[in-house]
Amino acid sequence: MIAAHYPALQIALPLIAAPLCVLLRRGTWAWLVTVAVSWTALYVSVQLLLQVLASGPISYELGGWAAPWGIEYRVDSVNAFVLLIVSGISAISAPYAYKSVIHEIPEHQHYLFYSAYLLCLTGLLGIVITGDAFNVFVFLEISSLSSYVLISLGKDRKAVTAAYQYLVMGTIGATFFLIGVGLIYAMTGTLNMADIANRIDQVQNTRTVLAAFAFITVGLGLKLALFPLHLWLPNAYAYAPSVVTVFLAATATKVAIYTMLRFVFTLFGTDFALDVTLLAEFLMALALVGVFAASITAIFQNNIKRMLAYSSVAQVGYMMLGVSFFSVTGLTGGIVHLFNHAMMKGALFMALGAIFFRVGSVHIDRIRGLGKQMPFTMFAFVIGGLSLIGIPLTVGFISKWYLILAALERGWWPIAGLVLLSSLLAIVYVWRVVEVAYFRDPPTNHPKVTEAPLSLLVPTWILVLANIYFGVDTTLTVGVADTAAKVLLGLGQ
Amino acid sequence: MRHHVILRVVAKLSIPFIFLFALYVQFHGDFGPGGGFQAGVIFGAAFILYALIFGLDNALKVAPINVVIFFIAAGLLLFAGVGVAALLYGGKFLDYGVLASDFVAGQHLGILLVELGVGITVAAVMIAVFFTFADRGR
Repeated sequence: MIAAHYPALQIALPLIAAPLCVLLRRGTWAWLVTVAVSWTALYVSVQLLLQVLASGPISYELGGWAAPWGIEYRVDSVNAFVLLIVSGISAISAPYAYKSVIHEIPEHQHYLFYSAYLLCLTGLLGIVITGDAFNVFVFLEISSLSSYVLISLGKDRKAVTAAYQYLVMGTIGATFFLIGVGLIYAMTGTLNMADIANRIDQVQNTRTVLAAFAFITVGLGLKLALFPLHLWLPNAYAYAPSVVTVFLAATATKVAIYTMLRFVFTLFGTDFALDVTLLAEFLMALALVGVFAASITAIFQNNIKRMLAYSSVAQVGYMMLGVSFFSVTGLTGGIVHLFNHAMMKGALFMALGAIFFRVGSVHIDRIRGLGKQMPFTMFAFVIGGLSLIGIPLTVGFISKWYLILAALERGWWPIAGLVLLSSLLAIVYVWRVVEVAYFRDPPTNHPKVTEAPLSLLVPTWILVLANIYFGVDTTLTVGVADTAAKVLLGLGQ
Repeated sequence: MRHHVILRVVAKLSIPFIFLFALYVQFHGDFGPGGGFQAGVIFGAAFILYALIFGLDNALKVAPINVVIFFIAAGLLLFAGVGVAALLYGGKFLDYGVLASDFVAGQHLGILLVELGVGITVAAVMIAVFFTFADRGR
């Protein structure tokens, strides 16, 4: 009975919990609500994924209004997988938040922090689950507005500037997206995604639809930080509170990429996208330039959080590279990298958060000798870093394996070579940190630091072990990603 | 503003009617133009007018900031609560039809409560935004 309402509960629970946190007014209680809701959301999304894998797509008519008129929540294997990523990351970072938030955010703002966090979760889950193009925009705004708030709560005063910069760029992106949706509505007379997909064939040669396509890809390109539209991202991630960086880095760009996939493949259709002159080549070029430019910039960063933020831009490049192949293998690589990157960046940013908790800084000079003082945290960072590079037995290897396979499948040897070459750049920036942490003596003018508390270490290590587990057993990740890729390309359920 | 007798008298006279108009827009919203958002803005505007004429301190006595924040959350909770109530009555989320014995009455009740939630939140947010900016630098 209740199972039939899982799609609504996925969104309704965090949405109700957010004002509840405000009414409770106590940081600890708000935190308890957040943890409970995050874990329930994870349970719901696991159930949804199992239902979808067992019996095909689920449709839920919100308010009981039938599909093309009312808002439809539609879960298939593509978004069930993304729902699992978002709620899973939230379930792991919510327990982590407790001590980190006490450390970084003034006490009178704690309940508001958790409220904004839950709204952000609502928005991200909503973007993914909805089957209505305008509803995507509504949830996009919910998640964006709350993430501006979350970022601006950072300890450094620059956090406010970073949040403002993100606000300006994010609003432009969302507006472009809305213009695109408006143009589609003008041409097809419907906002339901499945309905649009059916009707767009009749009008797809018009200039209006082409303009809609351009607006939507550019708008979403801003939100997903596709090079060269990534300029808001490094500062936003670097100055946000640690747990916010963990959560956003592992979910926000992924959700934007999912939306891009949904619009390009399901709404406009693969044929339309391939008809657009040079689109695939253009995306591929941007992805590769992004990978290299961002990786090289990352090497020269002294703030490690900023370094990883640039690395995130590079990783977005890998995902878009997978997409730009327009083949099952390429898309599988791109989608599986959504999951894998959430695992590795989640683990790395959590380790950094633990360092910030003890040291009070993530500047490269301040982590000298931490390998001995915080062995578990630094080792977690090392494994996360290895995963980022793409060493076998970690998830990073799986993603790159599929990207290279996709390149070879088309006979594009140079692309495969470039993917390998870019991994070398990752070695450089990860090694810089490892060298300083393990082979330099701790600074003498700062007090000695000890290992991070368990409530920070345990979530970090859960993600680190996930990096290894899903690097060995890929039945879940690659299996679902493969199904998802086939759904997107219209080759299967 | 102590010396501006005309402003004070006109404000005092018009504030009750602004409230009344807000309530009209709120509860007549399902028959004519209007609804929760518009009503909330009008309702909030009355508070803002009061704060402009009689000072922020007096306004804060009427609506302390904690109460305002409470209503921001309460409105949203009312909206979502109607959705959950529909679930409990055996319908889909936000399916107002099941809230009363017959479909039309249920729809009517549902939209009324949801719009009330919107009105409360919007009015409280308007007031909170004004208070936050007016309070800066004091």
